[in-house]
Amino acid sequence: MRPRLDVWFTEEHAPGLRFSMRVTHEIVRRRSEFQEIAVLETQEFGKVLILDGYLMVTEKDEFIYHEMIVHVPLAVHPDIRRVLVVGGGDGGAVRELARYDTIEEIDLVEIDPDVIDVSEAWLPQLSEKLRDPRVTIHFADGVRFMRQVQRPYDLIIIDSTDPFGPGEGLFTREFYGSCHAALTEDGILINQHESLFYEEYRAAMRRVHDRLSQLFPVARVYQAHIPTYPSGHWLFGFSSKRFDPLLDLDAEGWLSRGIRTNYYNPDLHRGAFALPNYIRRELEGGRRTRLK
Amino acid sequence: MSQLAQRRAPLFEGLRDYRAARIVRFDVPGHKSGRGTPELTEFLGQAALAADVNSSKPLDNLIHPTGIIREAEELAAAAFGAASALFMVGGTTSAVQAMIFSTLGPGDKIIMPRNVHRSAINALVLTGAIPVYVNPGIDAYLGIPLGMAVADVEAAIHLHPDAKAVLVNNPTYYGVAADLDSICRLAHRHGMLVLVDEAHGTHFYFGDDLPRPAMAVGADMAAVSMHKTGGSLTQSSILLLGSHTDAARVRQIVNLTQTTSASYLLMASLDIARKNLALHGRAIFRRSMAMADYARAEINRIPGYTAFARERTDGRAFYDFDRTKLSIHTRDIGLAGIEVYDLLRDEYDIQIEFGDLGNILAIISAGDRNLEIERLISALADIERCYRRSPAGMLEQEYVAPELVLPPRQAFFGRQETRPLRESLGQISAEFVMSYPPGIPIVAPGERITAQALETILYAQERGCYMTGTRDPELREIGIVVAQEVPDASPP
Ligand SMILES: Cc1ncc(COP(=O)(O)O)c(C=O)c1O
Repeated sequence: MRPRLDVWFTEEHAPGLRFSMRVTHEIVRRRSEFQEIAVLETQEFGKVLILDGYLMVTEKDEFIYHEMIVHVPLAVHPDIRRVLVVGGGDGGAVRELARYDTIEEIDLVEIDPDVIDVSEAWLPQLSEKLRDPRVTIHFADGVRFMRQVQRPYDLIIIDSTDPFGPGEGLFTREFYGSCHAALTEDGILINQHESLFYEEYRAAMRRVHDRLSQLFPVARVYQAHIPTYPSGHWLFGFSSKRFDPLLDLDAEGWLSRGIRTNYYNPDLHRGAFALPNYIRRELEGGRRTRLK
Repeated sequence: MSQLAQRRAPLFEGLRDYRAARIVRFDVPGHKSGRGTPELTEFLGQAALAADVNSSKPLDNLIHPTGIIREAEELAAAAFGAASALFMVGGTTSAVQAMIFSTLGPGDKIIMPRNVHRSAINALVLTGAIPVYVNPGIDAYLGIPLGMAVADVEAAIHLHPDAKAVLVNNPTYYGVAADLDSICRLAHRHGMLVLVDEAHGTHFYFGDDLPRPAMAVGADMAAVSMHKTGGSLTQSSILLLGSHTDAARVRQIVNLTQTTSASYLLMASLDIARKNLALHGRAIFRRSMAMADYARAEINRIPGYTAFARERTDGRAFYDFDRTKLSIHTRDIGLAGIEVYDLLRDEYDIQIEFGDLGNILAIISAGDRNLEIERLISALADIERCYRRSPAGMLEQEYVAPELVLPPRQAFFGRQETRPLRESLGQISAEFVMSYPPGIPIVAPGERITAQALETILYAQERGCYMTGTRDPELREIGIVVAQEVPDASPP
């Protein structure tokens, strides 16, 4: 039934373009040291987590994002034991990782303890594995933490917010340099790569791809369809010192683990790297754009 | 004057009232609150254009302040502990020059370190005053000039008891401070004035645990770059005067070269920045200092960098250090400071203040956030990982006393000819050569071009320093004084 008090959450996806969802009620809203955190109950997408007015995850479509940042590298690298997640205090990435019993250690670096509190209190679907014994949570600045890593990781997942704002350090050459140094010889780096459909982040993300290509012999971009993110067409980066995401895909091996997913499967894995032409051109053009 | 008075900002308030009065304007500036220049207004904002107004009775006039500008200057004087203060709109350059124009005439001597900013030597060119250079001291490891040891100033005073003034550059760009208190007392004992180029020391007046500022130790005049660390707009500055300095006379001298259309944006920014410093300066600089300390500790963990601070002080020319400065020695990673500076900008999108042959300087101020500090530290770590090379063959800096053959004025305005730089050894330069920043001359007019100076210039060019001062923009040629003008004897 249509509520009489008609409240909508609106996010601007591009200048002159808004995306709205009807809010049935506000569950929590608080200011942390770093940002404003809110959880709203929406009619269509269930509970949604909002940071500083930007939609982070919704209960209904978060599975796509979290499956894609976790299962893609795990289907390529046969022996991932130590994993680092940067950002992602909601717990979604950790939940997917926890499904692999071969993973021995999961470190989560989140700058804002309140994000974890809120997620544990109101978003159990995401945070259910944050207390898994393999998980260690570090409250720290991601850029700083990465610089100081002593023991290398097999997989680093950068589950960041947007490139303009508090998370901007996670899109920089210096940070990727620290990631490179913090990875094992056959380690994989996965990064949230935004969308290239609208103008806003296009130049920044081209530069990100450029940076990663300079650092890693393998630097690829893959895609997923995420309804609540701007344009719905979302990208991720796969960078590695050794593994190629397609040539080294071990479909049989992954299927034999018997992990039941809602979005990911090895066929989709292959297709995810088949990018539309406008994105290919955009990324290839990257190497010629230099601030000078 | 009380802290309460410092809550006022008369110039700012006057501009606000003026705007509220909705005066119909048939005066300059012709953009009329930006209506005539829509693109500019869109770019800078309507509020900025509306504040760009002309002098008038209610808004006072910087040439002869009697109203809100005067009140604002009085509040500034009180905030800085000075007897009077003059707002300057021609940069700290104009303040440094006003100090020299007010105290020296043609042929007068001034004792000063050689590592001064070009504005001071420019003033000598204009007045015809003659510098007596004091070895500023050098930190041999860092390769940076320091702040003049008291004993060296004393020796110069004994050799030149007829000098009129001592100019102290305090602190240096890197944050090295001299023992200003002792230098002041020494100079005053010998009847000399003390002028302080305090371009990098605005915050000394407002923070704790910082070197002592000029007005607190009884200096006669000081030029403070409010726009550098004080938060006002670029090009605005303040000239501070002690109680024995005739402010009315100084203003007359300033007016010889100052515009009659001083920008109200600049002046209002001085007023607002002064208020902010007076009310919140201690907290602001405590935070900057904590950030700089943190960054230093982190950077010193990266092998090859030395982010130095008070541990290098020696009680002499390196008397004290300004802990808000983040100065980093880079030579041990095999990179000149200028190379690190360029890499930070081109590869990491990070702009720092400057890099010279062996060091870089990052300015930490009220506007910084932890996230940017983390980026800077990580970028330096990445540069060390990716670009480190052997430091063999890098130029070591040492101080060689300049041989001043002609007064700067005579060399600059006298007959000159050009020579290819590489063939200029032993000639008397008629021009400045400096990399900018820091804008400290390697060669100044009237000085002999030494082998060391040539080597420094060529090395700096090769490492990518931005060289300025000569008529030839590429600095392949240099202006020299024609032979007939050069006396065969030694310095004047
Ligand atoms: C020591 C010193 N004095 C004076 C100045 C001149 O300041 P401005 O650029 O405001 O004219 C500078 C500027 O860099 C400086 O470093």
